[in-house]
Amino acid sequence: MAYTQNDFKKGQPRWCPGCGDHFFLASLHKAMAEIGVDPWNTAVISGIGCSSRLPHYMATYGMNTIHGRAAAIATGAKVANPELTVWQVSGDGDGLAIGGNHFIHANRRNINLNMILLNNRIYGLTKGQYSPTSPRGFVSKSSPYGTVEDPFRPAELCFGARGHFFARAVATDAPGTIEILKAAYEHKGASVCEILQNCVIFNNGTHDAVYDKAGRAKNAIYLKHGEKMLFGENNEYGIVQEGFGVKAVKLGEDGYTEADVLVHDAKCEDNTLQLKLAEMEWPVALGVIRDVEAPTYDDCVTAQIEEVKAQKKYHNFAELLETNDIWEVK
Amino acid sequence: MEIKEKESVVVRFSGDSGDGMQLAGNIFSTVSATVGNSISTFPDYPADIRAPQGSLTGVSGFQVHIGAGQVFTPGDQCDVLVAMNAAALKTQYKFAKPDAAIIIDTDSFGPKDLEKAQFKTEDYLGEMNIDPDRVIACPLTTMVKDCLADSGMDVKSMMKCRNMFALGLVCWLFDRDLEIAFNFLKEKFAKKPGIAEANIKVIQAGYDYGHNTHSSVANVYRIETKNKVPGRYMDITGNKATAYGFIAAAEKAGLKLYLGSYPITPATDVLHELSKHKSLGVTTVQCEDEISGCASALGASFAGALAVTSTSGPGICLKSEAMNLAVIMELPLVVLDVQRGGPATGLPTKSEQTDLLQALFGRNGESPMPVIAASSPTDCFDAAYAACKIALEHMTPVILMTDAYVANGSGAFKLPNLADYPAINPPYVPEEMKGTWTPYMRAENGTRYWAVPGRQGFEHILGGLEKDDKTGAISTNPENHDLMTRKRQAKIDAIQVPDLEVLGDKDDAELLIVGFGGTFGHLHAAMDEMRAAGKKVAQAHFKFINPLPKNTAEVLKKYPKVVVAEQNMGQLAGWLRMKVDGFVPCQFNQVKGQPFVVAELVENFTQLMNK
Repeated sequence: MAYTQNDFKKGQPRWCPGCGDHFFLASLHKAMAEIGVDPWNTAVISGIGCSSRLPHYMATYGMNTIHGRAAAIATGAKVANPELTVWQVSGDGDGLAIGGNHFIHANRRNINLNMILLNNRIYGLTKGQYSPTSPRGFVSKSSPYGTVEDPFRPAELCFGARGHFFARAVATDAPGTIEILKAAYEHKGASVCEILQNCVIFNNGTHDAVYDKAGRAKNAIYLKHGEKMLFGENNEYGIVQEGFGVKAVKLGEDGYTEADVLVHDAKCEDNTLQLKLAEMEWPVALGVIRDVEAPTYDDCVTAQIEEVKAQKKYHNFAELLETNDIWEVK
Repeated sequence: MEIKEKESVVVRFSGDSGDGMQLAGNIFSTVSATVGNSISTFPDYPADIRAPQGSLTGVSGFQVHIGAGQVFTPGDQCDVLVAMNAAALKTQYKFAKPDAAIIIDTDSFGPKDLEKAQFKTEDYLGEMNIDPDRVIACPLTTMVKDCLADSGMDVKSMMKCRNMFALGLVCWLFDRDLEIAFNFLKEKFAKKPGIAEANIKVIQAGYDYGHNTHSSVANVYRIETKNKVPGRYMDITGNKATAYGFIAAAEKAGLKLYLGSYPITPATDVLHELSKHKSLGVTTVQCEDEISGCASALGASFAGALAVTSTSGPGICLKSEAMNLAVIMELPLVVLDVQRGGPATGLPTKSEQTDLLQALFGRNGESPMPVIAASSPTDCFDAAYAACKIALEHMTPVILMTDAYVANGSGAFKLPNLADYPAINPPYVPEEMKGTWTPYMRAENGTRYWAVPGRQGFEHILGGLEKDDKTGAISTNPENHDLMTRKRQAKIDAIQVPDLEVLGDKDDAELLIVGFGGTFGHLHAAMDEMRAAGKKVAQAHFKFINPLPKNTAEVLKKYPKVVVAEQNMGQLAGWLRMKVDGFVPCQFNQVKGQPFVVAELVENFTQLMNK
């Protein structure tokens, strides 16, 4: 059935004017319409935080649950009902601080969830404390003299947990966001989409370098599987291998030519170079960085049940009782 | 040799954790149950994974009570104590009656064994004031080696059969039919016929040894069977019965059973049991933590499954936030709490009833939840079934409480016929409500309707924030919050539970014994003993704790004296005082991590009556 974004819209979002969540929500509505899964076969499950309000603006099934547990709750929903398309939405605090354990284990198990991580590097709902993605030295209400801890890099956690899908988009970039959401849906298994999203009130400008189109033209690279990693306003830059890592070079300088530029391989099982790409500070890698097929937990659970059903001779409670040592009292 | 007829006999098998005492005890109880005796068992195992061999902390016990009539407890003290080594004799002798027969393996009472067991001299019997005439001292290890000399087995494998020699000896002592034990072993080791054969050989050797050597010194007991309820039976532990109750309820409700769990003593066997039964479509997820066990179960519930999470007290602490979410989202969920000694890690393998107030109140906000407590290993089945039925039909999380004693103990379980159990009908939202339905509309009994994802036209959002009664949208309206709080409470209060039953001298008792959950058997046995001594005593035992049975106040106020006996500092007594105006009971409280001792109960209750 053909849907439009309106088929997925509900209510009036209550986020601050200019919040990145508005942009993302619009892209999600559009992506879901293009994906075409019925709203009644879709569940959107969030935790707590500004971005976790999102399910209230969806005309699908959904839950706005408790802080940090979205991935765990989504896991149960998907395993119990594999027919359901499940989107799990968290912010950086919800997903990586209080919910960090569930985030890594959902990735490790490779449950077929579309996991959205709206990263604004701040706690917004509690009015401005540093988050696990805030950079070292970040000054906030709870760190007036700057933080003395290093942030998580979401891709590193995902890869460290043996995640098979990682993509990144900027909230204001609708086509880029829709593209990775569709790719996340297509990917069978845990699909992490990091959305770089601005908090206009408590962390304004955190993603400034790539937040508008002009910035992205200069400071971002759109990765496409099988294509040369070129970027810049006139594709004058490229990503080349250097030693054990990668670096951005200007073509024509220092002897680099287009022939030296690497071709992006999102399907490569070994995540070494994908991680290098995800961690680049300039340019910021956008698009699908890793997309590798692997057995999903929910499929394996279902398959194992079918396998055991075929093996065993007992299939209901009465038959189960008979598998015990039974005696009769007459 | 004299054959003694006895009403009931208690046997305690004890040895090193690795000595296979649980298996020996299990086989003995099965053999006894098969001939129609009633049985009650209790394993008592150490918290250490594997304490040093022969050490005092490494002793594991398994007590079996077999009776001609019904037995309600595994027995206070044993008539026969099997002590496989010096440490077992040292630590377990306190569980033996003054005239108990003691079976020991003299090969395990060498100087080193005695030192490990902290005996000071070689006269270990003298040190413990044990009359040698009561002791069947046999070189058990030597005889097992001799018996299996031709088997080609290595010594280590041979040693694993020692428990079977002791079992054979006990079977002789109780005139038991060995064929039943043989069949049990043949089935258990169906894939390893060599092991089955060796074990069978050793049982026979133990039996023959008793017959040939000790006929002149020991009595053979005979437990006849009375009051048999005809039917087909199996031996079942509380944890297994609980798992079976969940499976039965899921089948009756026509739902997939989902268990989200994290290993924790003494609840893990429920996870083990359910994980086996994928051929019935049971889905089990061993989660990353207790939180996820409960949270994932709640997700499964939202998605339309019968969702269960299993744990013990420390796990309840972690699950409480997701339990609370289930309360406000009004989704069905069963939370199993197999209570153990607390607080914190406490006594992981021991039994207490100290989580009751946590179950009733351990969440933020006004958060009413039904609480049900199983009263015996076999009652775990009915209690689990009832918990599922209430959760599904009233759209609420339910706490099912058992305890380590009930969970690990076993009893003869009459095979249930699912057709005899009440139907389970969740309040699925009727199709004709499409277009007008909102998530917090309620059926007549105050229950929210269940709209499972996949149904077109019923898309909705639930959540942890308070919702508007009418629209289901987020609401901070003060009047609405008050209304929703009352509706959630009223829904639980309206749940119909069976009346409290009074046993014993219900018309003219001078003392009413009140308890809940796993202490039923001990309290009942205490009542029986007191009545046999001419006292007027009755018993009322709570299985449904929230909501309380409708006749609770009537029962509690009917008798001149009431004692609430529980394995905590008075949690049920406090709850009853809160719910029954003017109710001031006497209390008997014990928090030892061990089951009540019937004799102690009788002594205390008798004193109470005489006051």
